[in-house]
Amino acid sequence: MKEDLVLPAPREAATDGAGEPLLVVEGLRKHFPIKGGFPIRRTVGAVQAVDGIDLTVRAGESFGLVGESGCGKSTTGRLITRLLEPTSGTISYRGKDITHAGRKQLAPIRSEIQMIFQDPYSSLNPRQTVGKIISGPMEINGIEPTGGREKRVRELLEIVGLNPEHYNRFPHEFSGGQRQRIGVARALALEPKLIVADEPVSALDVSIQAQVVNLLQKVQQELGIAFLFIAHDLAVVRHFSQRVAVMYLGKVIEVGDRESIYTRPRHPYTHALLSAVPEVNLHDEEAGRRERIRLAGDVPSPISPPSGCRFRTRCWKAQDKCAAQEPPLVRLSGNRDGHLTACHFPEDPTIEGREEDIVLDPALAALEEDIERP
Amino acid sequence: MLRFLFRRILGSLVILLLLTVVAFLLFFGMPRDPALLMCGKTCTPDALANIHHTLGLDKSIPEQYWIFLQGLVMGRDTFPQGPCPAPCFGYSYHTNEAVWSTLMDRLPLTLSLAFGATIVFLFVGLGTGLVAAWKRGTLVDKSFTAGSMVISSMQIYFLGPLALAILVYQTHIFDEPRYTSLTDNPAAWFTGLLIPWAVLSTIFAAQYTRMARSAMIEQLQEEHVRTARAKGMSRRFVFFRYAWRGSLIPIITILGIDLSSLLGGAIITEYTFGLPGLGRLAVESVQFSDLPLLLGVMIFSAAAILLCNIIVDACYAFIDPRVRLS
Amino acid sequence: MTTVTKEAGAPSPADAGAFLSVRDLHVSFKTEDGIVRAVDGLSFDLERGKTLGIVGESGSGKSVTNLTILGLHSPKFTTVEGEILLEGKELTTARESELEKLRGNKVAMIFQDPLTALSPYYTVGRQIAEPFMKHMGASKKAAWERAVEMLGKVGIPNPKERAKDYPHQFSGGMRQRAMIAMALVCDPDLLIADEPTTALDVTVQAQILDLLNDLQQEFGSAIIFITHDLGVIADMADDIMVMYAGGAIERGTTNQVLRSPQHPYTWGLLNSMPRLDSDLSAALAPIPGAPPSLLTPPSGCRFHPRCTFQDRVGGNRCVTERPPLAPDRASACHLTAEQKRTIFVEEIKPRLG
Repeated sequence: MKEDLVLPAPREAATDGAGEPLLVVEGLRKHFPIKGGFPIRRTVGAVQAVDGIDLTVRAGESFGLVGESGCGKSTTGRLITRLLEPTSGTISYRGKDITHAGRKQLAPIRSEIQMIFQDPYSSLNPRQTVGKIISGPMEINGIEPTGGREKRVRELLEIVGLNPEHYNRFPHEFSGGQRQRIGVARALALEPKLIVADEPVSALDVSIQAQVVNLLQKVQQELGIAFLFIAHDLAVVRHFSQRVAVMYLGKVIEVGDRESIYTRPRHPYTHALLSAVPEVNLHDEEAGRRERIRLAGDVPSPISPPSGCRFRTRCWKAQDKCAAQEPPLVRLSGNRDGHLTACHFPEDPTIEGREEDIVLDPALAALEEDIERP
Repeated sequence: MLRFLFRRILGSLVILLLLTVVAFLLFFGMPRDPALLMCGKTCTPDALANIHHTLGLDKSIPEQYWIFLQGLVMGRDTFPQGPCPAPCFGYSYHTNEAVWSTLMDRLPLTLSLAFGATIVFLFVGLGTGLVAAWKRGTLVDKSFTAGSMVISSMQIYFLGPLALAILVYQTHIFDEPRYTSLTDNPAAWFTGLLIPWAVLSTIFAAQYTRMARSAMIEQLQEEHVRTARAKGMSRRFVFFRYAWRGSLIPIITILGIDLSSLLGGAIITEYTFGLPGLGRLAVESVQFSDLPLLLGVMIFSAAAILLCNIIVDACYAFIDPRVRLS
Repeated sequence: MTTVTKEAGAPSPADAGAFLSVRDLHVSFKTEDGIVRAVDGLSFDLERGKTLGIVGESGSGKSVTNLTILGLHSPKFTTVEGEILLEGKELTTARESELEKLRGNKVAMIFQDPLTALSPYYTVGRQIAEPFMKHMGASKKAAWERAVEMLGKVGIPNPKERAKDYPHQFSGGMRQRAMIAMALVCDPDLLIADEPTTALDVTVQAQILDLLNDLQQEFGSAIIFITHDLGVIADMADDIMVMYAGGAIERGTTNQVLRSPQHPYTWGLLNSMPRLDSDLSAALAPIPGAPPSLLTPPSGCRFHPRCTFQDRVGGNRCVTERPPLAPDRASACHLTAEQKRTIFVEEIKPRLG
């Protein structure tokens, strides 16, 4: 596999447009209705998958969206690419409202917003050659690049580190990592300005995962394409994204630049999430002990989320106020510009080890008490 | 669960109602006049008008339909043949007998044929399928699989006459198949249906062998089956408790379809063995353009299909707690 | 400590202390495309009460090895050679009925996806009680009570009621807890956990890992912990064995393998893994290429087609000669001990930040 990327000169937009808002999402909601009832079936409730989120992705930047399963991050990606119809809120792309845009209005925008999916095995049509898969978007949009589509496909294969000679091969002839490269090439075919990548590396082995992350990074930096990078792996997101939003049960609970989120988080959930990541300590055993927070139970159901702050049922700081009043997503004093937190009782801005571990899981607490009391 | 059943029954009744509408419009809206048929060769315009009147054909179609529905629920006494108690499908144009009693005459044979064959093919088919799955890859498995392939590629109209030729006409081991009522003479009922049962269930059993085998093999590769093995449960226990339960789902699905079509009348089987069941009745009613009878047979078999569907759904819920508790 | 001898053959007297020892294990499957050599000459030992972490990517043979220990491979399509000794008893040739007595009793397993690994048709309590009845000869009632007790121990709230639930009524984390309860119900001496937290969310994973650690202290079981995640293994294992393409390529204590790794593949894994404290100015350094096909594994060192250090070995040894894995702390690589040390200190470690 080729490691060197042959890239065309960065387009002007990459330098000029950087920093400008490309995609602005406001109050975005997606509720999936639940049918039930007796004797006539009707809508009896809703899965509140995404429940009022605001996001801004700037031109050329990589924006990370992290959270655990059920937090609504994938749904958000699908809403933005308009694979799903939003329940309410607005999505605007380059100043144009595309929330409920129809097929025709979306057509020019579809080529600028592309998507990369998680599973490299099921997201490629097994009956089409790689050439056909990659040139598909050009065909649909009636784009005829100079030198012809085949030449462009060969270029793209080269960009993503595949052999251009493999133009006529089928997806099953490639390994998982190579298939994900094909997915990237397909996304690049229309020279998009924004790529929504939904867990693009989580199905891959560690050594292959790094290859694809590097590829995406080069694409982002050298072609100036903005990314909405959706992943559950905090270390990968930290590596890839300049700004990061943390989601919990359909809400953004904290957003900010990478450094703020990873070293000075204020929301208790961000703390818990970071402390839960299993890490290899490559240095001395004693060096820089991390805080240890063990939450109890799983994420509650998005069908009937807790009132007020949604994290309060698993939070060690929760008080009456948290149940009564939903904390707004605001800049807390001492935080950097753009670092917003939705919490009534924010944490100290550090992830150093606390004086005492926080162990909310009853079984863990009981077992650990037993062990300490010999 | 009860709610679920109730909803299914309600839905089935609605479907049946819609079916009667479609059937009624199709038959009675046809350009061909059924009264001509009744009137016979010596028909006069007066006689025709008279028949029109007695059949209610001079009324509008919605009116006729309403009368038909009323008859189904409450019975009718507007027929010259006499009163027609509910459920009243009217009188046959051809035989002048009440459709409902004709159906009831033919039903015992169809039920005997369908359920008798089902019991046999379930035992034989599932049994051989389980043995094949248990002994997967061995000679036993291979011969069972090959045998079931050969048999299931045969058809009733080949296997039936063959069985008759050998067992009845050549060797005289059995009498010609005939139907005797179970209550009249159980022994004659049994011997008379033996060959049809055998032929019908041979073909079905072969299909169930293959189905049971593949369903079991699929289940045995499930992860939860491996977990059960990993906690030390014996192969037999895992086979019958864990894998069998899961393979019942596809088997019951197909069984529901097969049983409902058998209850609607196994036309070819009945013709092959000269047995007067519902299937033959349906064919005869078409031949004689006997619309009331055809309507009756149709609604009856539709009801059988819907009933089987409800039973299948109830079985799903019984087998799989995910269905039951959702 | 894991102690290991490369050579097949009779276990030395020292092995008598090992609770589980695997000697020169070969496992291959017959498939339509040919013979897949899933495990190819693997040896390792495990002591009572210790945790051995097995790290490897998909196709490294880590899961196959452990299914083979319990005889859970399908015998018709699989060939097993070599020895698996549990307390000196040979398992590869043991009768099915003897293996059944071990499974779930002396040796228990936890699988990756608790949703598919638990039967949807029976209650959680019943599935936990079954092995207790079978192995301990307990009555139905006693086994049910034990199941409730175990559910409580692994942190299922209101275990008396929840035991009557079916797996689909549990959340992902609770299912894996139930799975752990099921594995520990007969107090096994060895617990094999095959990627037990891969399907779970990160906060739930942290709970489950800590729970396993704490339960190990209480039950004293040895654990074989299989994972692809070096971070998880760092939290769990006393010793680590790194597997690649069906064989072990490096082993040692957790400290040794993670802080002074000796094999180019281990270096590659560490270099390609983003961490929360890694240097953001440097790109990840992935291992080039993809894992080999086990139908036609590479000659010599299995890793040589992806290895960037083979020119330092000299000659053609990497291609022609399979490097052995010495006992104890060792790595299967033709580089000299001095080379391994200097390459790690001078070239690899600085990149890790």
